[in-house]
Amino acid sequence: MLLKAFFPTCCSSVDSGLLVGRWVPEQSSAVVLAVLHFPFIPAQVKELLVQVQRASRVDVAVLGTWCHSQQEPEEPLGHFLEGLGTIFPHDPWLQLCRERGSNSWSCKVSCQQAPAALGVPCEDQVMLIFYDQRKVLLSRLHPSAVLPDHQAGDAPASTRGLAAVFDTVARSKELFRSNQFNEGPVRLSHWQSEGVEASILVELAKWASGPVCLLLACLLSLVSAASTCRVFKLWPLSFIGSKLSTCEQLRHRLEHLTFVFSTQKAESPAQLMRKANMLVSVLLDVALGLSLLSWLHRKNRIGQLADALVPVADRAPPVSLQHVAEELQHLLQWLMGAPAGLKMNRALDQVLGRFFLYHIHLWISYIHLMSPFIECILWHVGLSACLGLTVALSILSDIIALLTFHIYCFYVYGARLYCLKIYGLSSLWRLFRGKKWNVLRQRVDSCSYDLDQLFIGTLLFTILLFLLPTTALYYLVFTLLRLLVITVQGLIHLLVELINSLPLYSLGLRLCRPYRLAAGVKFCILKHEAGRPLRLLMQINPLPYTRVVHTYRLPSCGCHPKHSWGSLCRKLFFGELIYPWRQRGDKQD
Amino acid sequence: MEEERSFSDICGGRLSLQCRYYSPSCREFCLSSPRLSFRSLTAVTCTVWLAAYGLFTLCENSMILSAAIFITLLGLLGYLHFVKIDQETLLIIDSLGIQMTSSYASGKESTTFIEMGKVKDVVINEAIYMKVIYYLCILLKDPVEPLGISEVVPVFQSAKPRLDCLIEVYRSCQEILAHQKDTSTSP
Repeated sequence: MLLKAFFPTCCSSVDSGLLVGRWVPEQSSAVVLAVLHFPFIPAQVKELLVQVQRASRVDVAVLGTWCHSQQEPEEPLGHFLEGLGTIFPHDPWLQLCRERGSNSWSCKVSCQQAPAALGVPCEDQVMLIFYDQRKVLLSRLHPSAVLPDHQAGDAPASTRGLAAVFDTVARSKELFRSNQFNEGPVRLSHWQSEGVEASILVELAKWASGPVCLLLACLLSLVSAASTCRVFKLWPLSFIGSKLSTCEQLRHRLEHLTFVFSTQKAESPAQLMRKANMLVSVLLDVALGLSLLSWLHRKNRIGQLADALVPVADRAPPVSLQHVAEELQHLLQWLMGAPAGLKMNRALDQVLGRFFLYHIHLWISYIHLMSPFIECILWHVGLSACLGLTVALSILSDIIALLTFHIYCFYVYGARLYCLKIYGLSSLWRLFRGKKWNVLRQRVDSCSYDLDQLFIGTLLFTILLFLLPTTALYYLVFTLLRLLVITVQGLIHLLVELINSLPLYSLGLRLCRPYRLAAGVKFCILKHEAGRPLRLLMQINPLPYTRVVHTYRLPSCGCHPKHSWGSLCRKLFFGELIYPWRQRGDKQD
Repeated sequence: MEEERSFSDICGGRLSLQCRYYSPSCREFCLSSPRLSFRSLTAVTCTVWLAAYGLFTLCENSMILSAAIFITLLGLLGYLHFVKIDQETLLIIDSLGIQMTSSYASGKESTTFIEMGKVKDVVINEAIYMKVIYYLCILLKDPVEPLGISEVVPVFQSAKPRLDCLIEVYRSCQEILAHQKDTSTSP
């Protein structure tokens, strides 16, 4: 197999020395991590290598020699370099050479073992692959199958394909500790040889994060302990808590914050990304909420909103609760007449119409009762926006649910009536044909009825059949209204889900530091001369945005509509009540 | 060593294949499609603007004209950046892998690299697409089953060259793969 030598670009112009790195025999590739300069004491070099091996579980060894001189090395230097091969036995022994000031490289491989194992070493059998050490160190490979998790510290470095190179460089942090400003026994050149890079702000943040996390973790544990106290488990509060989406959202956010500020360190890079994503999501949420709050309080918008909802004086604003109620009344009057030219059954029509009109009358009186308090309620609700835009949107969704409660009630009445009618009709239709539903066997069986049974049954069937259009029309109208409300609530929930689950930190990382999230590598062939080894540049191929979102999505609340369109239509036809989303923990239908 | 030849694609358009032999173990094949023609660009722009002018005379709203200009510009940029592939390159390096690059007209490049350990073989497949066409594809090994194939990756999907061009590329690839199998240390 062709021998591949991975050489860091930062070492292309350093002085001559020894090549230190890892040899991966399965891939026949030599990953050079650093260059060790003359003069050195072989015993100290071996000691350093043993130390690094123990700390990082990577088989670091001396792979060969590096020569950066004016012209081709003279004979004595050449022999000296080969002689080093006896002090540091390594098979195969690499000899890389570069002319100062030009781009001509040469590479020789010699091995003590029988040549048949590796093929005859000659110029064509070595490939030089340059890589940017800092980028390879910081990046994470994302194979298409599964989210990568850093291997446990005890497992040896991987040997599969290019992941071996990434793994080797990532684990060799121990080797990169010493730089040329250290007074150590050996002088190494690698990407940090100009001095360790660090940012003061980052270091300060790391120091401060310890106590801050501790404090916030205590506060959050207090809050969660308060929320799980006995009072909230009593029936009315627990029922309300499970139905309101605000409580669900607050619980979700509390979980997120507890995870972010937990005092345990992140075990794997995936967990670290998740923490970072959650933190950025919470911060963005709060920022958007505060901007919404400032917008609301400017120019007394809350007062305007309150006026729009409930008419205080004799003005008639375009949208108000009373107006909506009056529109409903008009709708019912229309249904009680001859809607769309259909002829209704007068008596049933009047009964149903009067029943619903009475409800609306109650509702209007309720609104009149509430009107002085609306502005105060709105102001307090607006304050909740500082907890986050998602909380404000959840409260909006709950307010819509509460304000359209009468529509929900009408829908339930209409649906139950229609459902009873349909079941009655289907059962009596079976009687009409002389069949019966066998509950034991769960199937339709023939049955012989008495004459009076048949008579009454047929009579009831006819009555139900002729009353069907009226009930069906009421059911249709109220179901459409209910579906409209559900659509609005669904859109709000979708927006909340989007804010909750979008991995903003990962997207930002992909935008600003694309080499951190790697989908793979790409190679670029550098200028090639005949007789010289082939030189390639290895660059990192960043992950596409869709895969970033897919891989790093935060887990959502779990409130998804569980019906398919087919089952939804079926339920609508038979008049069964539809609950568009189930909260977590509810049993399935 | 470089060589340039001219072929045609399945619809009859002209393609130009550039073969570069860097070394016995590294070859590159570059297939270039003809660039966006001025004639088609002016034709599309004229139709869109004529339609917009027709709507404008009906509605007397000048927003339609600015919207048409906007749509044409955005459409052209989107087409050049996401749809029009000018060049497709196949780079095959012995014992490293196979790399496929697509260069779009706006300069964007999208690269996929497949390691040699995953490559089972490179074959020419036949497909029936209103007529019989041939395409070159890379077969990937199945990690679970040693004789199975996990994925088929087609090459030169947008250029769609004819069989004569594919045979050239196929022969070169097979030389390298055979060489790689001979000198491979793992079974």
